[in-house]
Amino acid sequence: MPATIRLQREPFDAAAETAALTRGRTDMGAVVAFTGICRGAEDGAPIAALTLEHYPGMAEAEIARHVEEAQSRWALLGVTVIHRFGRIAPGEPIVLVLAASSHRHDAFAAAEFLMDYLKARAPFWKQVEVAGATSWVEAKQSDDGAVERWREPAPGRRDAAE
Amino acid sequence: MKLLYFAWVRERIGKPQEDVELPAGISTVGDLMAWLAKRGDEYAHAFENPRVIRAAIDRTHVRPETAIGGAREIAFFPPMTGG
Repeated sequence: MPATIRLQREPFDAAAETAALTRGRTDMGAVVAFTGICRGAEDGAPIAALTLEHYPGMAEAEIARHVEEAQSRWALLGVTVIHRFGRIAPGEPIVLVLAASSHRHDAFAAAEFLMDYLKARAPFWKQVEVAGATSWVEAKQSDDGAVERWREPAPGRRDAAE
Repeated sequence: MKLLYFAWVRERIGKPQEDVELPAGISTVGDLMAWLAKRGDEYAHAFENPRVIRAAIDRTHVRPETAIGGAREIAFFPPMTGG
């Protein structure tokens, strides 16, 4: 299964990435594309920008481990994960997850699984700029909860090689 | 051994990485955090609440009770907020 994992400072084009993943493929019946976008406000306070720090080397390795796990749980035909770092302005994309499969169920489930793991386990840290002051974004309990629910075996688990 | 710090752990300690010689008797990640916390005010501040600090050995998540063994690189950081 082709898997593309990229960390980059530059923005990405979700439509171009989807086209690259599906080009020449007639076996893919479903591609789920999730794009995380920098919001312009949090709890009513305007945000000037987010700055993402990451652990080079581990971030790629951790994403690759979760892509492999997604592959073992669902019948995937292709995955793309792109995560940006550095300064990101409101309205700009932060993260892209594409999951391709023959049918929608596996594509939806894998994309959600990958996003839940990225948020809680991939070594990235967000710093937010509000009114000239910067602060580190605190991890949400709900993000850990989102990961916990995947510990149950996936219903209708199938072998990726089928 | 190479130690790496990220996000506010890095800011509090005041450096992104350093090489340290570990004294005898430090066998787990938790032992290492307790030893680091005694190296000065900046370390004490970074590790004041060790329960919230996450660690990785050679780029894999580990728990405080994990043995350091032959680790080459140990990283300390706050809970992750990517995605």
